Amino acid sequence: MKKVIVTLLVAMVTLVFAGGAFSGVTSLRGDRDLTADADENPMRKQVITEGGVERSYKIQPPVIPHKIDKETINLKTNTCMKCHSEKTYEQKKAPKVGDSHYVARDGNVLETISTRRYFCNQCHTPQLNAEPIVTNRFEGAK
Amino acid sequence: MNSGGKRGVLGLLVVGIVLGIVLWGGFNTAMEATNTEQFCISCHEMEENVYQELQDTIHFTNRTGVRATCPDCHVPKDWVHKVVRKIKASNEVYHKLLGTIDTPEKFEAKRLQLAQNVWKAMKDTDSRECRNCHNYDSMDFSRQESRSADSHDEAIEKGYTCIDCHKGIAHSLPEGYDPAEDMPGEG
Repeated sequence: MKKVIVTLLVAMVTLVFAGGAFSGVTSLRGDRDLTADADENPMRKQVITEGGVERSYKIQPPVIPHKIDKETINLKTNTCMKCHSEKTYEQKKAPKVGDSHYVARDGNVLETISTRRYFCNQCHTPQLNAEPIVTNRFEGAK
Repeated sequence: MNSGGKRGVLGLLVVGIVLGIVLWGGFNTAMEATNTEQFCISCHEMEENVYQELQDTIHFTNRTGVRATCPDCHVPKDWVHKVVRKIKASNEVYHKLLGTIDTPEKFEAKRLQLAQNVWKAMKDTDSRECRNCHNYDSMDFSRQESRSADSHDEAIEKGYTCIDCHKGIAHSLPEGYDPAEDMPGEG
């Protein structure tokens, strides 16, 4: 009798745990309630690549191979232009902002960067050493 | 000289020494009291504008836990230059009384001029206050990012000073200042 009860109990406990493990689908943000905060981001060091990073496809905005946490882009100033502007890129040995960035929406070529392209990090981003959440087999253009 | 006169001279000397120590000590203590962050941000002009901006920068919080406060960058360390700066500060008291920058809008309108004053002062002294802590001699270029090391090499070679490149590192840059127009070694 005792043996039967113990066996039943063990079976029940196992079922409860197994059921918990298989019930429901886990989202990418983990097991948390929608109202709870997401898992904290792991602190990742930014990748610094000397000489820049190759593009993965032809018209990709080049990624930023250096730190940008001390740079400012706001209504008053854009400190990226300290090195990447037409006037300074040669002396600073930095890539020049693309010619397309000087064209305003009506086709006029401006002397300074167009407001359409003013916020550099809308397209150009620094890189973290992060594993892709979903694996993929994309290979860049050679 | 009789013994009374001798005692008089001796007494005067003692009084003079004591008074000297007290007054000198008092003067320096008072001056040091005006050389603290708490004193600087006791004026809302400093507290609401520049102090708030400073808090986002590496001179306020950083990996190693060293902090530079207002006087570390804006008041010279050695006595003579410090006193000269303190005398010049009477102009700041004057404008405090006038209320020249007593609203954020007024401050913003004056920001370019104020920043240029500080940049010029730093340029004239070869960034003396920066160099109280930062020295080429104690920089390990191999531990810097390559673009930093290259720039520092060039700066030593051509005699640039810190502020030539490092503008707006502790406070927001002013409107009307174009980073693309500001190459070190020019102007």
